[in-house]
Amino acid sequence: MKKTWIILAVVAVVLFIMYSSVKGTYNTMVMRDEAVDASWAQVENVYQRRADLIPNLVNTVKGYASHERETLEGVIEARSKATSVNVNADNLNEESLQQFQQAQAGLSSALSRLMVVVERYPDLKANQSFLDLQAQLEGTENRITVERRKFNESAQSFNTYVRTFPKNIYANLFGFDKKAYFEADQGAERAPEVSFD
Amino acid sequence: MLKKLSFLLILFVSFSSFAQDIPERPDPPRLVNDLAEVLSSDQEQRMEMELAQFARETSNQIAIVTVPSLNGYDVSDFAFRIGEEWGIGQGDKDNGVVVLFKPKIDNEQGQVFVAVGYGLEGVIPDAVANRDIVDYEMIPRFKEGDTFGGLYNGTQVIMSLARGEFSAQEYHEKASGGEGGFPFILLFFLLFFVIIPILRGRSRYYNAGGRGRGSSLPFWLLMGGMMGSGRSHGGSFGNFSGGGGSGGFGGFGGGSFGGGGAGGSW
Repeated sequence: MKKTWIILAVVAVVLFIMYSSVKGTYNTMVMRDEAVDASWAQVENVYQRRADLIPNLVNTVKGYASHERETLEGVIEARSKATSVNVNADNLNEESLQQFQQAQAGLSSALSRLMVVVERYPDLKANQSFLDLQAQLEGTENRITVERRKFNESAQSFNTYVRTFPKNIYANLFGFDKKAYFEADQGAERAPEVSFD
Repeated sequence: MLKKLSFLLILFVSFSSFAQDIPERPDPPRLVNDLAEVLSSDQEQRMEMELAQFARETSNQIAIVTVPSLNGYDVSDFAFRIGEEWGIGQGDKDNGVVVLFKPKIDNEQGQVFVAVGYGLEGVIPDAVANRDIVDYEMIPRFKEGDTFGGLYNGTQVIMSLARGEFSAQEYHEKASGGEGGFPFILLFFLLFFVIIPILRGRSRYYNAGGRGRGSSLPFWLLMGGMMGSGRSHGGSFGNFSGGGGSGGFGGFGGGSFGGGGAGGSW
């Protein structure tokens, strides 16, 4: 009779310890998962900000450089492609992130082509509203860099947490997947080609 | 598993060594950090005083950092990392500004960047930072070799813009609200440990009542005086922390940077 009580007490203690360890781990996972979601929202935010600047920029450039139709259309097209790719925060795997990154990189390169073309128009470069737009665009690119870095940091903190033993067991159990990182843009490590023609 | 763990460890170590390229947070905290030695100590002190005064009045923190080299970073990235790591600005308002200056050395271009914290992006938009601060005030003076003039006039513009966002009054109200808590606790303390014993004492020695009443009246006056002084103290909060000298702005508050601001080179 006494023995069964002791066994019951031991079982209860073990269960309690297990419960509290799982609870703490699970809650921390949820917290870090939320932090990743929040920083992802910021990333989307700054990319949206860039997309919002483009109609204004295109209109300003059009006024001075209307025969650069091809470049301008390239920007518009890349913009619509970039804004059509949306990644849900619940689905931050490598594939979807890469897709997102590719679309945004397309817009980046279209924009840098536009900025090269613009160099040929001194009137446009002296226009104050164009200069302001250019400053805003540069600022937005800076924001994108910062928010991507912050996203990678929070994703790293999440991944480190869920992939170390024994938390990886709980993470599997509760379905927490590893988050993908932003990689350096493909081709960014190559120096741009300069041609004089 | 062990392999994975050691990989994580290496990753962590490499990350922490990565952060060392950024200058360490000054201790005691200073707003003017002339690591490239381009300012005279008079100039440094003058700006430190003005910026500390501004920080006390408005809670906005403007830090000036000069560095001899950017260690391979983009000037903007370097400025944001300094701001983030030092925590310039208040944590709940993100109202810090970093003015990062790298002097022109031989063939290397001089570079400057004004990094604006999240909370001040509204009053100092990128276009304004670019045009009014960097292009008009800073670069022309830097080109002439007037480093102090460029930094000084640039920060004057930043101050006049930032003053609008978090006004001195708003800050005072908050500060005096915090101060107000102290006399209140004191009041309870006095009530329980001084007044009640006195009242109880009076009832116990009721025969000597005349004397008891006489002593309790000045006590209330004293208390009123304390409350009054507490309030006026909050009003002149600037004086309160004014004696701190170089660390007089109260230390960095953990502000965050999202990539706002603009820069230029010459």
